[in-house]
Amino acid sequence: MTLKKNILALRQKKAIVEKGGGDKAIEKQVAMGKLTARERILTLLDENSFHEYDLFVEHEERNFGMDDKVLAGDGVITGTGTINGAPICIYAQDFTVMGGSLGLKHARKITKIMDHALRMKVPCIGINDSGGARIQEGIGALAGYGEIFYRNTMASGVIPQISVSLGPCAGGAVYSPALTDFVFVVENISKMFITGPNVIETVLGEKISQEDLGGARVHAEITGNAHFYAMSEIECLEQIKELISLIPHSNQQKAASVEPKAPKATKNIENIIPADPKQPYDVREVIYALTDDSKFLEVHELWAANIVIGFGRLNGETIGFVANQPMYLAGVLDCDSSDKAARFIRYCDAFNIPIVTLEDMPGYLPGVDQEHAGVIRHGAKMLYAYSEATVPKITVILRKAYGGGYIAMNSRHLGADFMLAWPSAEIAVMGPEGAANIIFRKEIMEAEDEDAMRQQKVQEYIEKFANPYVAASKGYIDAVIEPSETRGMLLHALEVSKNKDDYRPAKKHGIPPF
Amino acid sequence: MENEKQELVDFAVTARKYKTLLTKKYLNRKPWVNPSPYEIQSIIPGTILEVFVAEGEVYKEGAPLLILEAMKMQNRIQMPFTARIKKINVEVGSRIPKDSLMIELESVDEIEA
Repeated sequence: MTLKKNILALRQKKAIVEKGGGDKAIEKQVAMGKLTARERILTLLDENSFHEYDLFVEHEERNFGMDDKVLAGDGVITGTGTINGAPICIYAQDFTVMGGSLGLKHARKITKIMDHALRMKVPCIGINDSGGARIQEGIGALAGYGEIFYRNTMASGVIPQISVSLGPCAGGAVYSPALTDFVFVVENISKMFITGPNVIETVLGEKISQEDLGGARVHAEITGNAHFYAMSEIECLEQIKELISLIPHSNQQKAASVEPKAPKATKNIENIIPADPKQPYDVREVIYALTDDSKFLEVHELWAANIVIGFGRLNGETIGFVANQPMYLAGVLDCDSSDKAARFIRYCDAFNIPIVTLEDMPGYLPGVDQEHAGVIRHGAKMLYAYSEATVPKITVILRKAYGGGYIAMNSRHLGADFMLAWPSAEIAVMGPEGAANIIFRKEIMEAEDEDAMRQQKVQEYIEKFANPYVAASKGYIDAVIEPSETRGMLLHALEVSKNKDDYRPAKKHGIPPF
Repeated sequence: MENEKQELVDFAVTARKYKTLLTKKYLNRKPWVNPSPYEIQSIIPGTILEVFVAEGEVYKEGAPLLILEAMKMQNRIQMPFTARIKKINVEVGSRIPKDSLMIELESVDEIEA
């Protein structure tokens, strides 16, 4: 009898806090075209799977009139639930509660659920929608951020960490997403920057909108801070579900395998690539022709489009694909594409995902801007990431493999387990024109018709060296295969690699060219 | 990606040109220009607090040119070598971005020769 009363009191208490900042604030949130924090969680998770913790946590700030302020859940919702049956930890900042500002207790709710995720070995998803540090709490807010960053780093490579930016995310707050594995943004809603438009205007007199400075498109296309870009929150939450279904939920597991499916392949794989190495094509067509059900979840679709990375399945198992994209910038390697690929390779390696590399690249992007931007240091990241990776590593050379890029794209010399080449492959120290110009310089200069001689020598070089057979004769290529044999060969190679065991010297950690 | 809106261009990588599309970031990159020693540019965005020199006058190497306040730090910009001030593009209170041309110099010898 008395219990009934207690239960009713609990329900009443919960109902109040679950309202967040109250009806008016919720109205404002909706008017901005945003879902509320609770709606986001409930939409993302399986029905009735969400369980909330720390609902009644309150802040302890006593200054600046905060002592009589009650903030529902201290501005953040934390809990556990499932996505397609798989358990996850989640938190969502509630913008309706004091702008989702981060105070110490707010941060401690987040670090508590992060610690939980790391112990339980389940993914942690953070939905960011916050005005930043709660200024009234001063150093307490900074301490809170620091404690989150520390845990992001500790959990890195152990459990998947996913950040969703669904609102402002400014100043120190941006570093938590930057430390996590994947960042999701939504057009017109996500805003991320270190110094906002106000500061920039005060200091420089430069006027720029939040959207142009750090909107979703900017981070998806220009900075590379965002990995997935969506036009609506619903689309974004669907993308997260798809990603979660493809990746392992800790570094001690493999990704869940599903029923194998043949590719739907609308295009014959032999007809995708033009024979002329100067002509472009979309390398994603090759990936579609190889993967189960022709499905491919592309990561960083808009940024550094000259390299394509993402997840697909082969025989039901998740594979990471890295492929040069001749459709953009001729598929060259440069600072951004090296960074993009290197981090993805490390992700795959940390989470036991085999890597398939599809190679067709003419070399590194020439230019003062690239050299001064440190293409040496950036390019080296790729060498490091491939060399360091111990997961099964398979390369298929589709067409061009010239110079340093040949080495970088998971060559035999960096430890590839299987090196395959199509008969269209050209493996050479550089492009035929450049090579002929150097090797036959004297003959060309002494010829009566220099151009004719150059053409002849280029042709000679192409016939002798621009093919896969020189490399194959040295054992650097294991097999020259027909395009139609590729999927079968990949499936076999992965089967053979199932128990791959590779040793690395014991060390605290390496020193990659960050 | 919005392939259909763009046209394939010739893109030179070493001795060969490839047909390809360009990315927005590549199109917006800043072309490199050889920096001239006669152009005093801002190395950090900030505000001009003081200008010590006048156009047409000759100043010795090390003479203070102006104070550029940036990130609450007052940076004293000096003459890199003895030269004449050809043009001053800033005034006290100017808020300038990085790589902004603040002062143009001209060689003393050239003028006198």
